[in-house]
Amino acid sequence: MWDWSYAAEILPGLLKAFRNTIGAALAGFGLAVVIGLVLAMFARSRWGPVRWVIRSIVEFIRSTPLLVQLFFLYYSLPMLTPLSFSAFATGVLGLGLHYGTYLSEVYRSGIEAVPRGQWEAAKALNLSRVKTWFSVILPQAIPPVIPMMGNYLIVIVKETPTLSAITLVEVLLSAKNTASITYRVFEPYTIAGILFLLLSLVLSFGVSRMEKIMKRRYAG
Amino acid sequence: MFARGAGVTLKVALLSAGVALLMSLLAGLGSGSRFAFVRAICRLYIQLFRAVSLLVLLFWMYFALPFAGIELSKLLSAVLAIGLNIGAYGAEIVRGSVAAVPKGQYEASIVLNLSQSQRLWRVVFPQAFVRMLPPMGNLMIELLKATSLIYFITLADLTYEAMILRNNYYIWTPYIFGMLLGIYFLLAACITMAIRILERKFTAWR
Repeated sequence: MWDWSYAAEILPGLLKAFRNTIGAALAGFGLAVVIGLVLAMFARSRWGPVRWVIRSIVEFIRSTPLLVQLFFLYYSLPMLTPLSFSAFATGVLGLGLHYGTYLSEVYRSGIEAVPRGQWEAAKALNLSRVKTWFSVILPQAIPPVIPMMGNYLIVIVKETPTLSAITLVEVLLSAKNTASITYRVFEPYTIAGILFLLLSLVLSFGVSRMEKIMKRRYAG
Repeated sequence: MFARGAGVTLKVALLSAGVALLMSLLAGLGSGSRFAFVRAICRLYIQLFRAVSLLVLLFWMYFALPFAGIELSKLLSAVLAIGLNIGAYGAEIVRGSVAAVPKGQYEASIVLNLSQSQRLWRVVFPQAFVRMLPPMGNLMIELLKATSLIYFITLADLTYEAMILRNNYYIWTPYIFGMLLGIYFLLAACITMAIRILERKFTAWR
């Protein structure tokens, strides 16, 4: 059932595709970090309608599947607008938008944990709105939530196989292609599964280490 | 087309929600067990199934397992993969909610000479249950979203039907996907609403 020599033969190809997986996940996470921050800041806007719009967007993106969002971005966007992206760019955009809404909640929890007095002090010192955000609030709000953001990096890594639906050749699609050439299915899928398992276990070990470091620094 | 697809999506969602809730209850309560062996098994299950990628797990169960002599139907592999994966997350919710019940409640039930099962089902669980509801609601929305992945193993769910529609009416692609997003949003809204009603019902005594 398990053929070691065959497994060794297909491993390099799968590892190469795994690099694509990691690349897409990291780029998507990077975008999500930015989008999440923008959403979190606008969700505290002074204007009610802006807050309402941001909340609705977040709610909508969070309650629809990433797969369908990817299809929409990849197949409909070029028909509605003159824009058209490669599979990789669409995948990164999809991951960034989807998990940006999740990360905005993470930022929110960090921002709400900053004492009210900090906002008032910034106002008393006559700091501008921008200065208040970037010099006072965010430097205090973000570091404590970094481990939580790390957890979402793990989630994103595990979601990247979904990008195979829009023809991005990552590990799962590469395993599928390998299997369709040789008709041997067990090894490629098992290796793909183990690769994900190892990566997410390593990452979650890293996150829990970071959690400990953060706890020592901010609660001690 | 959409109605038929919605039927399949709902069927898979309900069945896998059943599996997920059962697993989260078993593994969540089991990871607080007195027996080290039971605890270890539950921890292993939670760690393992939280660490795998759901789509890879689904592929593995449907395409690879037959080579190991275990043949699962499309529906069964979908329900098992989604249920086991989401169940591992649910187990963490159950464990956390049970752990959040104040220690005094345990001590009080010992003082009142309640049996083990009475303590769990009459005192601890009802309080933990209320705490579980909001995160469980979010998890059920994740589960609903996860059912879209069964499109990959060609189960004719909402997403699959939409792709077929799209092949036939290519120029309507944006509307088809827009509608699909709308349907998932409505289904998710139903879950949110149901959880809210449950929450109101179970916190009425407060």
